[in-house]
Amino acid sequence: MRDVTLGQYFPCDSVLHRLDPRLKIVSLITFIVLTFCTFNFCSLGVVAALVIAVVALSNVPLKMYLKSLKVIIIIVVITSILNLFYGQGEPIFEWWIFKVTLAGIYNAIFVCARIICLILFSSALTFTTTPNDLTDALERLMKPLTVFHIKVHEIAMMMTIALRFVPTLLEETDKIMAAQKARGADMESGNLITRVKALIPVLVPLFVSSFRRAYELAVAMECRCYQGGKGRTRMKQLKLHKRDYICMAVSLLVIAGVILCNIFLPQIH
Amino acid sequence: MSLLSARDLVYTYSQGSPLEHIAVNKVDFDIEQGEFIGVIGHTGSGKSTLVQMLNGLLKPTAGTITLDGVNIWAKPKEIRKIRFRVGLVFQYPEYQLFEETVAKDIAYGPTNMGLDQEEIEDRVVNAAKFVGLKSELLSKSPFDLSGGEKRRAAIAGVIAMDPDILILDEPCAGLDPVGRDILLAQIYNYHKERGNTVILVSHSMEDVATVCDRVMVMNHARLEMFDTAQSVFSRGEELSGMGLRVPQITSIIDSLIEAGIPLEKGVLTVDKAVLGITEYLKKEGRL
Repeated sequence: MRDVTLGQYFPCDSVLHRLDPRLKIVSLITFIVLTFCTFNFCSLGVVAALVIAVVALSNVPLKMYLKSLKVIIIIVVITSILNLFYGQGEPIFEWWIFKVTLAGIYNAIFVCARIICLILFSSALTFTTTPNDLTDALERLMKPLTVFHIKVHEIAMMMTIALRFVPTLLEETDKIMAAQKARGADMESGNLITRVKALIPVLVPLFVSSFRRAYELAVAMECRCYQGGKGRTRMKQLKLHKRDYICMAVSLLVIAGVILCNIFLPQIH
Repeated sequence: MSLLSARDLVYTYSQGSPLEHIAVNKVDFDIEQGEFIGVIGHTGSGKSTLVQMLNGLLKPTAGTITLDGVNIWAKPKEIRKIRFRVGLVFQYPEYQLFEETVAKDIAYGPTNMGLDQEEIEDRVVNAAKFVGLKSELLSKSPFDLSGGEKRRAAIAGVIAMDPDILILDEPCAGLDPVGRDILLAQIYNYHKERGNTVILVSHSMEDVATVCDRVMVMNHARLEMFDTAQSVFSRGEELSGMGLRVPQITSIIDSLIEAGIPLEKGVLTVDKAVLGITEYLKKEGRL
């Protein structure tokens, strides 16, 4: 249960680790949009080169990225196969109701490449940014929304707390499961209904202890005079450095490159 | 034949990964029917891992555990039967309560055993009596009980399975001094009345010294000593090298002996110490 790589920080030092988290989030969104705006092999190549550069710069072992790809490999395969038979034009291979066309093959390649790029980009962000930095950056990025009376700070605080307690709750679940197994709980056999019923002895104590933790945390926060976002200053001020401006420039160049490729080279579809 | 034996028991966490960590290393022991065993060791010495292997919650990486001469992992599908025979009460067991009433919660184990209703009710009442839970509490919600009562209810839930071996991991942690003494006395009485084997994991040398026949000392994943409480606690220097200590009363008597007063070594309880000192004073004519 603890082997979920998607969204796990990998502690080491690299340029990507030191970049401003706000910039990383904005870049991620831009790159994802960009990945889906590639209409020929040339622009796809530019994006692929960018992905490789990002992965290499992150200093995170390739094994970690492969692990996060493993989670979605089935989705990639299924969508690619579906796309393979989903193209118009002259069939190059035909069997029963299945027709494989050149457009279908291109479709499959693009879909596959896009999903892989998407996962690699987002993994690069989560590997190089601590969850706390992420929520901090999100809070800053969403600050303009306070105009619409959206409690941005409170939302960010909730996200931070939720992230903080994921490992704690996993550990707690393990403990309670062991305790109930010691009393003869059987969670591995039986049909769906008996299995769901077998989870009640785990879920009830888990809920109870979550509420207890929430209450204790609230008291602890109030003891330290927490009263929401108003007038709150920060210990860690986010500032843009030279490397952040360089990253911005490179990103803009890549965007320009993809757009130029799309305009001046023939589209596949 | 011993009731419970371990041979070359090893447990390794996350084997094969960079986080590999040996929690229990080559442990051997034999426990006889009707013994009261204490397990001591500082935090992270492998006590909890060891006891979780004894009832089949963790499968040893290497080595065997035999219960009544049969390897407990001989039939992995029937490991639940082993868990009914070797009852394990975890640390802070009150966090496992979940039913609507205390009686139903205590009945969870026996129900899983597939006993008939009458037998279950009988066991619930008896288990509650053993841990000193008043019968009017049985129909209450476990979440309305006080901390100490919750602890008792949870322990009763394991006792109700009537295990041959009862393992308690720090049953007294977080209780007030009076509550500790009462709970410990109840566990001891349970052991005396039923004649069951009890294994008590504890950080309190005093508790272990008062109730246990034999004591296991765990240090850095190894079983360093396994002997009578008296001989374990007469090796005070070795114990303090492992981050443990002897009961306070034992060290007081030891310093008196060092000061030249002829007392018996290895005294474990205050009562015995008082007896020895008064005897000495009478002999000297000072009392």
